[in-house]
Amino acid sequence: MTIASRDFRELRLEEISRDFGVLIALSKISLTVQRGEFIALLGPSGCGKSTALNCLAGLLPLTGGAIWLDEKRIDTLGPEGRGFGMVFQNYALFPHMSVRRNIGFGLQMQKRPRAEIAKRVEEALALVRLTGQGDKLPGQISGGQQQRVAIARAIVVEPPLVLMDEPLSNLDAKLRLEMRSEIRRIHGLLGCSTIYVTHDQDEALSLADRIVVLRDGQVRQIGAPETLYMRPASADVAEFMGYRNIIAAQASGNAAGLSVALAGGSLLGTAVDGAAGPVTVAIRPEDLTPSPDGPIAAEVITAEYRGRDFYGVARADDGTELYFRAFERVGPGARLRLAAPAERVLIYRADARR
Amino acid sequence: MSDRIGVRLRLARRGMDGLTLLVLPAVLFILALFVYPFLYGLFLSFHPMKGGTFANYIRFFSDPFLYETIGTTLWLAVPVTILNVVLSIPVAMRVRLLRRQKLLTTILVVPITLGTVLVAEGLLNYLGPRGWFNRVLMAAGIIDHPLMLLHNYWGVFLSLVITGFPFTFLLTLSYVTGIDPSLEQAGAMLGARARARFRHILLPLLTPGLTITLALSFVQAFSVFPSAVLLGAPAGPTRVISIAAYQAAYEQYDYSMASAIAMIMAAVQVLIVVALLVAKGIAYRGPASGGKG
Repeated sequence: MTIASRDFRELRLEEISRDFGVLIALSKISLTVQRGEFIALLGPSGCGKSTALNCLAGLLPLTGGAIWLDEKRIDTLGPEGRGFGMVFQNYALFPHMSVRRNIGFGLQMQKRPRAEIAKRVEEALALVRLTGQGDKLPGQISGGQQQRVAIARAIVVEPPLVLMDEPLSNLDAKLRLEMRSEIRRIHGLLGCSTIYVTHDQDEALSLADRIVVLRDGQVRQIGAPETLYMRPASADVAEFMGYRNIIAAQASGNAAGLSVALAGGSLLGTAVDGAAGPVTVAIRPEDLTPSPDGPIAAEVITAEYRGRDFYGVARADDGTELYFRAFERVGPGARLRLAAPAERVLIYRADARR
Repeated sequence: MSDRIGVRLRLARRGMDGLTLLVLPAVLFILALFVYPFLYGLFLSFHPMKGGTFANYIRFFSDPFLYETIGTTLWLAVPVTILNVVLSIPVAMRVRLLRRQKLLTTILVVPITLGTVLVAEGLLNYLGPRGWFNRVLMAAGIIDHPLMLLHNYWGVFLSLVITGFPFTFLLTLSYVTGIDPSLEQAGAMLGARARARFRHILLPLLTPGLTITLALSFVQAFSVFPSAVLLGAPAGPTRVISIAAYQAAYEQYDYSMASAIAMIMAAVQVLIVVALLVAKGIAYRGPASGGKG
């Protein structure tokens, strides 16, 4: 395999900002990406993650800050001067060109010799496992194959950085899983850095070396997938990372052993940045499970079968709705006692911006 | 009973059902207002006032005063059409990025709705030797003598550009805006500068639409009549083919000859439009977007 990423050390974003008149889409984002790193920009729609990607690509000019590739300032260059690869959400394949010409377009623009283009296009086709499909038009191949062409087209020019804008959102569930591992495999082979925009926390967790959680145009947390999963820095990041039970409560005790009174019961929890007083408690549904002597009494509203276990909603005696997991079938109306391990009950300051 | 269902099913399988009847008014309209007059004209053209069946056509192609009108009309219509299409592309490329597109397009539609006669009258005042155009240029000291822009080739040319451009532009704009903007972005990401993006991405995708635009604009310009009379030199350089037809019909009262000229006019238009459409067949046809949207 001769396709490899161009050598560089790091990409630095220094307080990059972008506003659209009064609307601030990105506010002072700083991030350093090492060569070979896979970064996921994660956030709900409208959080600024696509704006950030377009700013990196050069498709949107910055309104503040700077972008550096090693010692070279690149935010003043247009997209054609940056040499990054990009995979668009709708793939943006040129519909009038064959797969081969699509992939070779970037090399053609660099005025490479024809023989070299042909050779590298073949390599790229092999890399994305599309050998033999080169003469078809994009309209003649399936969505998953179009996706592979889009990736091949982006990487054949050996970019230091590959940008991906929700590339899997148009695929069906099975193909999505398959392409997810493909993207990870190709990323590993090339040694390039990848910045991947998604709103799907599963995708971000499984692909990324580091996840950047964005909200309202600001970075809320940067961390390894495990950190974000186990220990989100704030209640709103927790909510986005799948802590579906976000409950206002009263905490008592000290940082060594904090207990919270919620939903008519009392739970031991772990303080992230909360202390005694009003707090916000975050618990993942899978950590809240039925237990004969659990502290919270609740009545099941619905429960659905997910294969190995059941996920459901229950209403506690004080009216709080709780998302929980059960290992045996529970029907609506059944009474349960729910419990969660203390290290999985995260306690945040109540005034955290929500 | 079973027979009737059989017929119905068979028709339905070919896509014909009760709804198909809704095309009837349109078919009648076309028959009454297009097919019948056309066939009648064709019939008339083969019954000349004197001579054999083809006498009108023979006369047309043996009299330079008549057959040269084809060249004269093409000499006006072809440059005007090409200029309009070529001008409309950069303007459309710019306008598609504007937010106040509606306002601009409305302003551009006005000359179409005004009609060629009103525009010609306006140009008579504006471009005349004592008109604003010449007076401004002379006051600014750019020219000493008024430019002769009326009652010659350029008068008709300008009027055709003014009335034809909005039409061409609106068509081109709709084709340009139909191209997925992410294709250009993808081109830019792959290192293509504006010129290369236009040449390799936009132009090939625009070609089918531009061919249609060319064909429609050409037909419009080829049938020029009012401005050729009002702004041109209808006896000489702008004696277009429709003037020849008019003279045959209303000055010599030779409807048969007029019909023959109209048929020749139609044949020239059809020839050029078919040539354009054949050329278009060679170009890429398909969606102008880059995948699932």
